[in-house]
Amino acid sequence: MSTETLEKKVCYHCGENCTSGKIHLQEKIFCCDGCKLVYEILSENNLCTYYDLNTNPGVVQKIKIREDKFAFLDDENIIRQLIQFTDGNQTHITFYLPQMHCSSCLWLLENIHRVNQGVVTSKVNFTKKEVFLVFDNAKTTFRKVVETLTAIGYEPHISLHELNTNHVKKTDKTRLYKVGVAGFCFANIMMMSFPEYLVADGEVEANIRQVLQYFIVAFSLPVIFFCATEFFIIAWKGLKHKFLNIDAPIALAIAITFGRSLYEIFSHTGAGYLDSMSGIVFFMLVGRILQDKTYQSISFDRDYKSFFPIAVNVLKDNKAVPTQIDQIKSGDIIQVYNNELIPVDCILSKGKAEIDYSFVSGESLPVIKEPGEIIYAGGKQMAGALELLVVKEVSQSYLTNLWNKDVFKTKEENSNSFIHGLGKYFTFLVLGIAAVAAAYWYAHGEPKLMWNTITTVLIVACPCALLLSSTFTNGNILRILSKNKMYLRHPDVIENISNINQLVFDKTGTLTQQSNVKVTYTGKTLDEAEQINIASLLAQSSHPLSKAVVDFLNKNTIVSIENFKETAGKGIEGWIEDKYFKIGSYEFVYGTSNKKPNNSVVFVKVDNEVLGDFKIVNNYRFGFNQLMEVLKCKFTISVISGDNNAEQQKLHSILGKEAEILFHQKPDDKLNYIHHLQEAKHKNVMMIGDGLNDAGALKQSNVGIAITENSNNFSPACDGILDAAQFSNLDRFIQFAKSGKRIIMTSFVLSVLYNVIGLYFAVQGTLSPLIAAILMPCSSISIILITYGMSELSAWKIGLNKT
Amino acid sequence: MSVIIIMLIGSLIIAGGFLVAFLWSVKDGQYEDEYSPAHRMLFDDTINNKPIK
Repeated sequence: MSTETLEKKVCYHCGENCTSGKIHLQEKIFCCDGCKLVYEILSENNLCTYYDLNTNPGVVQKIKIREDKFAFLDDENIIRQLIQFTDGNQTHITFYLPQMHCSSCLWLLENIHRVNQGVVTSKVNFTKKEVFLVFDNAKTTFRKVVETLTAIGYEPHISLHELNTNHVKKTDKTRLYKVGVAGFCFANIMMMSFPEYLVADGEVEANIRQVLQYFIVAFSLPVIFFCATEFFIIAWKGLKHKFLNIDAPIALAIAITFGRSLYEIFSHTGAGYLDSMSGIVFFMLVGRILQDKTYQSISFDRDYKSFFPIAVNVLKDNKAVPTQIDQIKSGDIIQVYNNELIPVDCILSKGKAEIDYSFVSGESLPVIKEPGEIIYAGGKQMAGALELLVVKEVSQSYLTNLWNKDVFKTKEENSNSFIHGLGKYFTFLVLGIAAVAAAYWYAHGEPKLMWNTITTVLIVACPCALLLSSTFTNGNILRILSKNKMYLRHPDVIENISNINQLVFDKTGTLTQQSNVKVTYTGKTLDEAEQINIASLLAQSSHPLSKAVVDFLNKNTIVSIENFKETAGKGIEGWIEDKYFKIGSYEFVYGTSNKKPNNSVVFVKVDNEVLGDFKIVNNYRFGFNQLMEVLKCKFTISVISGDNNAEQQKLHSILGKEAEILFHQKPDDKLNYIHHLQEAKHKNVMMIGDGLNDAGALKQSNVGIAITENSNNFSPACDGILDAAQFSNLDRFIQFAKSGKRIIMTSFVLSVLYNVIGLYFAVQGTLSPLIAAILMPCSSISIILITYGMSELSAWKIGLNKT
Repeated sequence: MSVIIIMLIGSLIIAGGFLVAFLWSVKDGQYEDEYSPAHRMLFDDTINNKPIK
């Protein structure tokens, strides 16, 4: 425990600011009881090394977890779907723990057996944020293991999504094997080709040369039949769909090089080009590995199932039975607790519902529901326990219907990449040259020279350099972006970003910050006594607007109120010292309905005089204004929001008059709007959103970017995930992605230059093995270095490389 | 046979050994998680040195 942490007044467990310092244990202060509880458990079990390895390593525990939240894990049926293996005595299970972030987490999770003696082994895979556990069925249960993890602050993410998919995700290792084998063969072939490069004919014994060449042929076999298979497979798949991709000319060149080399070697007419062939295969495989490096801990394919709880309590004969969500029938009565997601469309039958729909609809303020009203799936209950009558099953509810739309069914393949297009022209050009040359020699009656020319041209003009430059550039761009906390699903997304000409933003949660509201007061100046009175009255209400105003007034004293009455969702009234206060919506205070209803204003009336009103505005993200200044010059910008139009004027003043700003948009509307932009206006749309309500639009758009407050958060299916703190850098990211295309083109031009030099020698028939052997790796390596250097330079210029 | 062929075979055996080592390490999953093993190695000391209260 350092004194420094004390002075700064941060939570010993999680490092949150805690100015109050009310919650403490010995000299350690905590931000909330949850954090303190975790500390107590850890210190009891002598696990305080957790705090020595890193300062404030924990994750904030402000949201209390209900005691029997994991009751459903006593159900054998559910357990069976989650575990990997059990022999009755021991059970194997892997959990995904999104909270994992540092070496302390690693240490604690691998020492979990000290907290729960039933755990036999625990092994962390940090890259995947997973922990593999083996526990003893005699000493502990599945539920207890989950509760132990939760108690120390690592609540496992258990969702329907994982239930339905195979949980042992296997990473594809074949490409690594291929690179290993290709590198090995390439190096050995080079070594055995040395006599060929350096020694003149006749100086090496003919039989040694012969043996070496047979060795070379032997080493080239695994290259062509194992390492290079993916080029042939992809080329063949493309041709089957009548599409000429970049792999086709490469596969052709590899095959012809191999064939001609075999012919030369076995007919003793030459040494072949097997060294170059295996080298280029090796470099191309390395490029593809760099490009396709995936973020194992981030999932880009989440649908509603990942967000919903796995089971809820169904009331049967006055007893709560945990039931798996997909087995809930309409007519069942379910219980939902504070801070839990409502999984199905249902009717409120008991309890006080305050539903936060921000994730589903984009409304920024919770909605109060009375018994008898319909509550749609995806809303989050904010106040106490509820009993709900199920109307529709999960798969048919309003929200999940979105996933039955066509957009989610078609799996598009990006085949329009300019790389393929360029490769295609290149192929036709090369085939043309080869044909002309062949015709020339055939007409001159030299069929042998004709074959020679065809094969040479095809070998030398292989567009492997194009593939190399694109894979290495993309790989490096992805790496730099991920360093800046923007994670893209696939290298093709880079190119899609560079073609964008319209940006569409969601408002709530994307442009604004959920937790951060700004209150402004207009009207007659309030003196201290009046402020205290207003705060006291509003403190009686749990409505979020009331809470916001109370926080804004920030009073410690509370006066007593007589005869106060709250009309849910409208306002509150009461007597304070002979004065009658009425605070609430326009309709509530004035008695007549407003022409333009605005839900985010609270009016204050004392006796018969309206003193003024409090406006509650969501704060925009840091750097929002500057970002929009830059973006609106380059792109058309739209904002689509599920919220009310309170912010319309402000948004117009920032985005300009011509920007389209739509409110009250349902998830379907958003999807259709994007579709309309693409079809009617031929726009390439980038959608930036956050919640499930944007899921359709994110999917439909050319590039869908999801914003998350922290990487632990879950985001809907998308092409890229952007950390909210980096939101103000969005313009730079787009600019950087655009530079990718230029880099690929530049290096491609360079590689064409190499090809021309190669062709020049080849046509003259003077391409000596030595020059070929030097030219090939040099051109490959120089292209790799150039693409790397140029992308670093461009990142530095744009200001993305923070060192 | 010339001595050069024997040397060649020798060098191939050594190189093949490295290839097998690489393939083995891939199969073993050494490239799947680059963070945990490196840090796990450092923990053992802190646990042993920690006096049990």
